Amino acid sequence: MNAPFSPATTGNSAITEDSWQELASHTVARIALGRVGSSLPTRETLRFALAHAQARDAVHTPLELSALSAALQDLQLPSLHVRSAAPSRAAYLQRPDQGRRLHPDSRASLLAAGVEPCDVLFVVGDGLSARAVASHAVPLIAATLPLLQEQGLRVGPVVLATEARVALADEVAECLQAAMVVMLIGERPGLSSPDSLGVYLTSAPRVGCMDSARNCISNVRPQGLPYPLAAYKLAWLIRAGRGSGTGVALKDGSAAEPGWLQLQQQLALAAQQD
Amino acid sequence: MSYAITIGPRRYQFDDLKTLLARATPLRSGDQLAGIAASSAEERVAAQMCLADVPLTTFLQELLIPYEQDEVSRLIIDSHDAHAFAPIRHLTVGGLRDWLLSDAANSSTLAAVAPGLTPEMVSAVSKLMRNQDLIWVASKCRVITRFRNTQGLPGHMGVRLQPNHPTDDARGIAAAMLDGLLYGAGDAVIGINPASDSPEAIHTMLAMMDEVRQRYAIPTQSCVLTHVTSTLELIQRGAPVDLVFQSIAGTEKANSGFGINLAVLGEAQQAALELRRGTVGDNVMYFETGQGSALSANAHWGVDQQTCEVRAYAVARHFSPLLVNTVVGFIGPEYLYNGKQIIRAGLEDHFCGKLLGLPMGCDICYTNHAEADQDDMDSLLTLLGTAGIHFIIGVPGADDIMLGYQSTSFHDALYLRQLLGLKRAPEFEDWLESMAITRAGKLQAQDRQQALLQLMETFR
Repeated sequence: MNAPFSPATTGNSAITEDSWQELASHTVARIALGRVGSSLPTRETLRFALAHAQARDAVHTPLELSALSAALQDLQLPSLHVRSAAPSRAAYLQRPDQGRRLHPDSRASLLAAGVEPCDVLFVVGDGLSARAVASHAVPLIAATLPLLQEQGLRVGPVVLATEARVALADEVAECLQAAMVVMLIGERPGLSSPDSLGVYLTSAPRVGCMDSARNCISNVRPQGLPYPLAAYKLAWLIRAGRGSGTGVALKDGSAAEPGWLQLQQQLALAAQQD
Repeated sequence: MSYAITIGPRRYQFDDLKTLLARATPLRSGDQLAGIAASSAEERVAAQMCLADVPLTTFLQELLIPYEQDEVSRLIIDSHDAHAFAPIRHLTVGGLRDWLLSDAANSSTLAAVAPGLTPEMVSAVSKLMRNQDLIWVASKCRVITRFRNTQGLPGHMGVRLQPNHPTDDARGIAAAMLDGLLYGAGDAVIGINPASDSPEAIHTMLAMMDEVRQRYAIPTQSCVLTHVTSTLELIQRGAPVDLVFQSIAGTEKANSGFGINLAVLGEAQQAALELRRGTVGDNVMYFETGQGSALSANAHWGVDQQTCEVRAYAVARHFSPLLVNTVVGFIGPEYLYNGKQIIRAGLEDHFCGKLLGLPMGCDICYTNHAEADQDDMDSLLTLLGTAGIHFIIGVPGADDIMLGYQSTSFHDALYLRQLLGLKRAPEFEDWLESMAITRAGKLQAQDRQQALLQLMETFR
C-alpha cells in the first residue's frame, strides 16, 4: 500500500540504504528498508504506523449484507441472513464461543426455511474483515459453481452470517441438512493484506466438529491465491472429501493435477498481456 | 481436596487444586472466557496466598486432569524424576519461589532439579512471581541445544528467519530470506509457514532452502512448518527435512484437535534422527505453543490457560527439541486482551519453559484485533532479552504478509543485540564474518558484489 507520506530522505546521510532494493519487486514483504544505526528510518516507522492504523479500522467495519445478496441474486443464488449469538463487535472479539453458535432467532428461521437438503452449502461470514468478504466471496463462489455442477452436486442457498466464526457454519449446515459446508470468512487483517479471504471445508458438519476435521484454503484474493486457482483447489477438495471425509488426513493434491498447471499458465499469460 | 483462607471478614474457599490455580492467575481474558478467573482482585490474592502454602508433593497426588483419561498427565507422572525432586521435595509453592530467587539456585542447581519439576508446580510458582522474578530466575537457567550450530550459550540469542510469502512464491521467499541473512538473522532456523499444505509445494520449499544452505555453506537449519504427518510423508519421499515442526498443546484432547498424539511425534522424531542431518547435535524437533490453544479446542478440563500451556512443555521436553516457540500474542484478544496481558504471558511462558529445561523462544507478536501495538512489543522484546531468551522471530519489517500479524523484525533483533551485547550462534557468526556481512559482530553495509545477491539469478 502506498502511503501518502514520503519525506525526502535521499541524501539523508544517517541512513544506510540497502543495495538489494530491487528484490522488493518479488514480494510485498517489507524488505530492504535501510537502517539508521540498527534501527528503522523515520519513513519506515511511519509507513508501518499508518498500515497498522488502517488494519485496526478494518476490523471494526461492518458487513454490507444487501449488496452481497444482490450480487448472489445475479448468480441465481438465493441467500439467507443469520447472525451469531455474539450481540456486538466487542462481544464477538472476546467471546469466540458466541461467534460459533447461531442466535436462537436465526436458528429458528433456518429450521423453518424449508430448504431442501444439499450436497454443498456455502456460508459467508464476516469474520475479522468484512472488506475481504465484500470483495472476494461472490467472485470465488461464481468461479466454483461450474466446477461443482460438473461434479453433479446440489448447491444450497448461500447463508450470510454476521459476527461469525468458522464453526458457525457447522450449526448452519446442520440446520439445513448439508452434506458438506464451505465457510468463506474474512481472515485477520494483516498490514499488507487487509482483505484476505479464508475458506474452510467440512464434511458431515455438525455442532462440535473439531478444527482437525476441516481443510483450509487461505489468503484468497487477487494478490494472493487468485479466484480460479482457489476454485480449482476447493472443487478438488470437495471431490476428494466426499469420498474420504475432510480433515488433516485429506492431503491437498490439487497442485499435482494437469488442470492446475494449465490454469497457472493461463493466469501467467493473462498477467503478461496486462 | 479443598483449599480455604480467611481475609478479614471473608472466607475464600477453592474446591480443588485446578480451581485454586485458576483463581490465583494474574488477570487475562481467556480465563474469564472459560469462566474460571477470580471474580475480584481480593479473591485473586487470596488464592495466591492459599497457593503459596500448598506443598509441592500435592501436585504429584492431586492431578488436574485424570491420569486414566489424558496421555499428557500420564507422561508428566510417569516421567517425573523423584531423585531430581528430592532436594526441593519439602518445599511449598511459596518456598519454591523463595528458593528460586535465592543464591542457592544457580545454573547448575536449576538444571539438576528441572526433571523433578512438573508443569503444574512450575505454573503454580509463576503465579506468585512478579515480572522481575520471572526475568531474574529465567536468566539463571541455561539450556543449550544443537543441530548445525550451538544455541543458548550465555550472552547469546538466536533469530528464526521467517521469510513467509502468501502464495509460497519461490522468488518472494528467497528475497525475504536474503534480506534476513544480510541483516544477520537466521541462526535459530530458517522457517517458512507455508500457505499451502500440499506435499509437492512443501517439498519444493524444503529443496529450495536446502539448496541455498548448501550453496553458501550456511551453518543453520531449515524447516517448513507443516503438520507432522505431512513431514513424515516427506521424509519417506526423501525430502531434505532438517527439523520436524509441530504445534502442540497441554492436553491429549487439544492435541487430538491438532491431529497429533505422543506416538506420532515420537515416530517423526525417530524418522528425522535417522536422516542424521545435524552436524553438531541431534535436537531435531521444533515446537510451537501458545496460551489459549486448549481452551480454543474446548479441551482444557477447567484448567487455566497458563497451566495448560506449561503442560505442553512437558510434551516438548519429552522430545529434546532444538527450539520451542511460544507464539504469545497470535491467538488474539479472546485469550490475551491487551499489551499488558501479552507481556505478562510472554514472560511467564519463557520462565516456565526455561525452568523445565527447554530452549524457550518467543514470537513476540500481536494481531490487529488485539489492544496492543509496537510499543508493547518493544517492552516485551527488551524484557525477554534481559531474561535470556533462547531465540526470537525475525520477519521483514515486523509484518508477516502470509499470517497477517506483527512479530519482531530483523531490525528489532539488531536493536537488542546492540543494547544488551547479545551474540549469534558462534558457527553462524563465523559464517557471517566470512561473507563480510558482519565484522566483529557488527553489521556491514553491502554493495552489489555481495555473493549472496547472486542467488537471485537462480530465480530469474
